[in-house]
Amino acid sequence: MAEIVKGETGDWEIVIGMEVHAQITSQSKLFSGAATAFGAEPNSQVSFVDAAMPGMLPVLNQYCVEQAIRTGLGLNAQINMTSVFERKNYFYPDLPQGYQISQFQHPIVGEGEIEIDLSDGTVKPIRIERLHMEQDAGKSLHDQHPTKSFVDLNRSGTALMEIVSRPDIRGAEEAAAYLSKLRMILRYLGTCDGNMDEGSMRADVNLSMRRVGEEKLGTRCEIKNVNSIKAVQMAIAYESRRQVEVLENGGTIKQETRLWDPAKGETRSMRSKEEAHDYRYFPDPDLLPLVLQPQLVEKIEASLPELPDQKKHRFMSEFGLGAYDASVLIAERSRADFFEQAAKGRNAKLVANWLLNELLALLNKEGKSIAESPISAAHLGQLVGLISDNTISGKIAKDVFADMFASGKDASQIVEEKGLKQVTDTGAIEKTIDEVLAENADKVGEFRSGKDKLFGFFVGQVMKKSGGKLNPSAVNDILMAKLKS
Amino acid sequence: MTELTNQTIAQALEGLKKKQFSAKELTEAHIKVMEETRHLNAYITETPEQALEAAQESDKKITAGDMRPLEGIPIGMKDLFCTKGVRTTAASKILGNFVPQYESTVSGKMLADGAVILGKTNLDEFAMGSSNTTSAFGNVISPWKRSDGSNADLVPGGSSGGSSAAVSARSCMAATGTDTGGSIRQPAAFCGIAGIKPTYGRCSRWGVIAFASSLDQPGIFARDVKDCAIVLKSMSGHDPKDSTSANKPVPEFAAALTGNVKGLKVGIPKEYNVEGMPAEITAIWQKGMDWLKTGGAEIVDISLPHTKYALPTYYIIAPAECSSNLARYDGVRYGLRVDGENLNDMYGKSRAAGFGNEVTRRILIGTYVLSSGYYDAYYIKAQKLRRLIYEDFINAYQKCDVILTPTAPSAAFAIGENDDDPLKMYLNDVFTVPASLAGIPGMSVPAGLDAQGLPLGLQILGRHWDEETVFRVSDFIETAAAFDAVPQMVKKAA
Repeated sequence: MAEIVKGETGDWEIVIGMEVHAQITSQSKLFSGAATAFGAEPNSQVSFVDAAMPGMLPVLNQYCVEQAIRTGLGLNAQINMTSVFERKNYFYPDLPQGYQISQFQHPIVGEGEIEIDLSDGTVKPIRIERLHMEQDAGKSLHDQHPTKSFVDLNRSGTALMEIVSRPDIRGAEEAAAYLSKLRMILRYLGTCDGNMDEGSMRADVNLSMRRVGEEKLGTRCEIKNVNSIKAVQMAIAYESRRQVEVLENGGTIKQETRLWDPAKGETRSMRSKEEAHDYRYFPDPDLLPLVLQPQLVEKIEASLPELPDQKKHRFMSEFGLGAYDASVLIAERSRADFFEQAAKGRNAKLVANWLLNELLALLNKEGKSIAESPISAAHLGQLVGLISDNTISGKIAKDVFADMFASGKDASQIVEEKGLKQVTDTGAIEKTIDEVLAENADKVGEFRSGKDKLFGFFVGQVMKKSGGKLNPSAVNDILMAKLKS
Repeated sequence: MTELTNQTIAQALEGLKKKQFSAKELTEAHIKVMEETRHLNAYITETPEQALEAAQESDKKITAGDMRPLEGIPIGMKDLFCTKGVRTTAASKILGNFVPQYESTVSGKMLADGAVILGKTNLDEFAMGSSNTTSAFGNVISPWKRSDGSNADLVPGGSSGGSSAAVSARSCMAATGTDTGGSIRQPAAFCGIAGIKPTYGRCSRWGVIAFASSLDQPGIFARDVKDCAIVLKSMSGHDPKDSTSANKPVPEFAAALTGNVKGLKVGIPKEYNVEGMPAEITAIWQKGMDWLKTGGAEIVDISLPHTKYALPTYYIIAPAECSSNLARYDGVRYGLRVDGENLNDMYGKSRAAGFGNEVTRRILIGTYVLSSGYYDAYYIKAQKLRRLIYEDFINAYQKCDVILTPTAPSAAFAIGENDDDPLKMYLNDVFTVPASLAGIPGMSVPAGLDAQGLPLGLQILGRHWDEETVFRVSDFIETAAAFDAVPQMVKKAA
């Protein structure tokens, strides 16, 4: 759904292309053997190569290459059998080599496409322009000392994938959907953990405006430092209005890099096109061109997991789920796996309801992930099984579920221990009903003289007396028969 | 000079094995010469204590009958190779008192083979130069003097001038070099010794301070071709830490010295007959051809048509790579730092104080040719030309097995002679640069003296990975030339 910005002089369309930096999930760095764990002591994960000591040379990490190929395939993209690492030259204290090894003219992954899911239930394709590998820089710390800056090189040399989209995104909602879907794909593939708060996924937003109906792209600004999906949405809302205001007041947009300030909720100019660095890219003479063997790509392709969209469509056709339920279930691979395990041999729709409406709500409330759920997939399946075969009623099932969540016990055990098994024996049901009718002879009279609404009262009393264990439909039938007799 | 310092490595290994002298005695003799020839400024850092310790270790090995390939051989290490715990300067102020915590692959291999490192030899700053006059630690003076009595101090060649001077002055038996555009072959020629730059990728560059990564290649100087073969064997081999090092078996180079060149085709590139070349150089080249012909080799005229583009190509590619390779010397993590008002001021002041003129010039050239708007006209064009120069050699080797040329267009010149003219200085590399661009192996052997009694070298170029033929032909020329001249000072010492 394209978002329209209503200006004084007409309607404007938002045009966005995204550059996402995704840290490759890998034990060691792109060109060195140093570790990559998040949150380690400053400068404790730095090799001689990462610190750019004299005479040190980069050696490409094969695993990171495989991760990039895996990601490319997951983005339905062209894998380039030959790619080239180049040096992007600039000076900064957290860039020890004085250049970043990146891919420029010949990236490892070319054009691809992913689908994003929008709130109106539609699906939109977003084209991927390229994916390339590069080193991350270290981190400058400016708040440790009144006059000095500190540098932490732990992140220096960590492997990144830069994933560049075409300008196919038309607003904040699509941008959020794009990031969500991209993150989902990366997590399914296991190539990036997608944790934006730890900086392992970062987004730059290229935004321009044009009048609705106009084909030509406007001048864009690149917005940096947008480090959550919410921030991306807010930055887009701000920047699109800002650009429309400038344009409608007769101004022109300068091509520039702008910084998102989350505290002030605004973007501000960082550097203009004229101030942009001349990075003097050239092929890194320390590294040979990266030539891939077709067998490697084939091997990785054969080992790809089922991707989110494939899974969604399968859940819909195989389990008869609606598009919305299916898309919520597949949003996390662990959730989808949990569902499939629980649904094995059970009523899948019922499992989906219990998972989405009960379990996820409770986990969410307690701030737990599905992996930390006290109720296992098998146990949830068993609970649904007990409902399906009338061992317990749906109402009892809610109590059993709460007990399962608290104790971690399985459903049968709880039903057994607490004697919650549903009574379907007509004799026992009749006995309880007779008792209730006898205790409420006055109300029976009222009912019979036309106060139909009292039927619910009788049902409630019967269920209360039985502790909810009587089969509700049998209670209904017998009670009605007895009252009407 | 004692008998101990006047022998080849092959002889010394034999003497050590037979216990005619100890490794300690051999090392002490060379330390003594090192001390006596300090005025040459061949060493930036002397490490006599470590050398003696290593020599004693060698003596134990020898006694135990456990001799390694370079056991007890005193060598010089160009101060571009990082040596663990020993200051490594690249002859630049920018590195300050940098002491590496790691050993370069090549020096590590040599140490593991029993070599005794006497010290770190002087060089042009970051190996940029052809006369060893750009070192922040002062010029190296060649042990050679003109016979005209002028007594002018001569350059030892560059950039590995400390290594060539030390080997020539007998203050070590061999010394490592690195060759980017001729930095081993030209100083070998100027100092009357043998020197080889192997095929690019033969020796690991790991731990060697980079000048121009696609051209830099470690190699060796020694008194004769056989010694070069012995030491190069130790230095060579695949290193997983250098992605440009080749995974190829290393032949027994010394076994290639058969003394037989019969049937070999020796190419003579017509383009190397440059205008204004001194008659003496032409004459020594002709001599080389005559010797080989007498030995049964066939002299073949060849053409390397893109030769004239080699120097401009080199002086675009090498500075481009250097401008990026030297960006790491920023005063932030190690080396010289000059404080400034802000970050850019600190960068500017540190680098201005740390780099000498030649290095600064090349960083500026390199930055320029890589800049937006100039990249295609310079860098890309140079890369295309490099490809053509490479193909020139590939085509030539259809017709011949090796190529014979002079090593340099002149004998050693006096210190300061070319200082005000960088272009004239760059012309020194005219015969050595094309092979560097093509990545092929090249060796210089002393072939005679000019009228002023200064050594002249001949260059033998081979096919990629065919150092064996290069050694074979070089050894043949060395024998034929019977070059036995030594610097006056060496003679006097004897």
